[in-house]
Amino acid sequence: MAAENKMVSIYIMGKQYEVPYGVTIMKAMEYAGYRFIRGCGCRGGFCGACGTVYRKPDSFRLKVGLACATMVEDGMHLTQIPFYPANRASYKLEELSPSLGTLLQHYPEVTRCLGCNQCTRICPQELSVMDYIAAAQRGDIEKTAHQSFDCIMCGLCASRCPAEIVQYNVGILARRLYGRHIAPRAAHLAERVGEIKAGKFNDELSRLMQMSKEELQRRYEARDIEQ
Amino acid sequence: MGIPYFPGCTLHVKAKGLDDSTRATLAALGLELTELPEWTCCGTAFPLAQDNYMGMVASARILAKAAKEGDGRLVTVCSFCYNVLKRVNFALKNNDEARTKLNAYLEENYNGELRVLHPLELLRDDLGFDSLKTRVDRKLKGMKVACYYGCMLSRPAKEMEFGEPENPALMEEFVKAVGAEPVDFPYKTKCCGSYQVLNNYDLVAGRVKDILKAARVRDSEVIITSCPLCQFNLDWLQDRFADEDKSFSKIPVLYFTQLLGIALEISVAKLGLDNHYVDPKPLLQAG
Repeated sequence: MAAENKMVSIYIMGKQYEVPYGVTIMKAMEYAGYRFIRGCGCRGGFCGACGTVYRKPDSFRLKVGLACATMVEDGMHLTQIPFYPANRASYKLEELSPSLGTLLQHYPEVTRCLGCNQCTRICPQELSVMDYIAAAQRGDIEKTAHQSFDCIMCGLCASRCPAEIVQYNVGILARRLYGRHIAPRAAHLAERVGEIKAGKFNDELSRLMQMSKEELQRRYEARDIEQ
Repeated sequence: MGIPYFPGCTLHVKAKGLDDSTRATLAALGLELTELPEWTCCGTAFPLAQDNYMGMVASARILAKAAKEGDGRLVTVCSFCYNVLKRVNFALKNNDEARTKLNAYLEENYNGELRVLHPLELLRDDLGFDSLKTRVDRKLKGMKVACYYGCMLSRPAKEMEFGEPENPALMEEFVKAVGAEPVDFPYKTKCCGSYQVLNNYDLVAGRVKDILKAARVRDSEVIITSCPLCQFNLDWLQDRFADEDKSFSKIPVLYFTQLLGIALEISVAKLGLDNHYVDPKPLLQAG
């Protein structure tokens, strides 16, 4: 079949390669001879290790994708930006208060945001990065946490920021503050922990511990899976 | 759907009393505000360099998005936000290069059509001060009020169109409408020192002392402002002045919307009157 044999021409860091049509950027780079010891993780679009920027000849726009989840296209000029230097504040979460002061103490550069929106334009998760930084700037931790929730910490936002903000670290601080100090406690969780402590599941657990590998495997394969 | 409203970052935390009292008082007068769905910091300071378009991008985006709300107006109350948004709006309307550059970058087609309004203008134009007079309780009668505009409301005059740049009168008209008495206050547009408070305490303390004294010698019972930074500088320094000088007598510094709230008998909690350094609650017994 012709489609299977079709090749496309891509440029990796400026050098031209012929690679098979229909593969991901990551596979194309490996096809071209690159071997990843960094900048490659889950290969499933979740871990954020393989952020990649590219342009195509028909547009001035800088495009973005994860190398493991973006298909190659003919004429693509690309480079991977698998890691971007980013300072990360260290803190003891339980000692922090969920306030504007806490955010600014750890990441004072947040107030340098100019509103250029490049972070939002480049986010491969299509998050409203600028808006969650705006929320952080006014101490709205809950909104920062919710709007940054799907962040995979690829770092592309930080690579584009003229104010040198590391957006994803601000986001994770907000999510931690929210989870530890703001979100209501889950009553059912405390109940379940109480049941565990009281030994409700001990018998079942010890039966499992004593099972043979074959029996465990049989049960695993026959388990109910939530749809 | 109320009138599109841009609160500004400071009003979310440090100046919550300004936000709360603005929404509560205007709503009580039938001027409901609706916060813009998404907004960023306005940039705080209008860029000093004429061609610093990057410094105008945030405000230009806010304006372009607000225009899509379809009301034709955007209300904002913080003096800094009002100054920046109004000046960027002016640039988008009158400066061809600014309009072209900002629209090209933002991929918008916004040409300064919005009217950026301060609540004082809204009260004057949309409600009318005569109408306001009939809506307020009379217990402010005779209360002497110093109207402090600071730097941001009236200057530069051509862009802000807020009356005489050195001697604006809108706040005084408002004070009369709520039944109180504005004092003659020559320091009304003198800068309080603004954010110099972070690195030049003496400069700000000196200016604030002059402003407070000018209000005090005219028997003012309260100073009103619409600027979170003026409010902060004029308010928090008074404890120190009182420590340094036993004869210093404190004077409460309110947002004009809080004074309006008192006149409309809106509850203390809704007006944020508990969060001042100089306790303004004795004013509630006045009249």
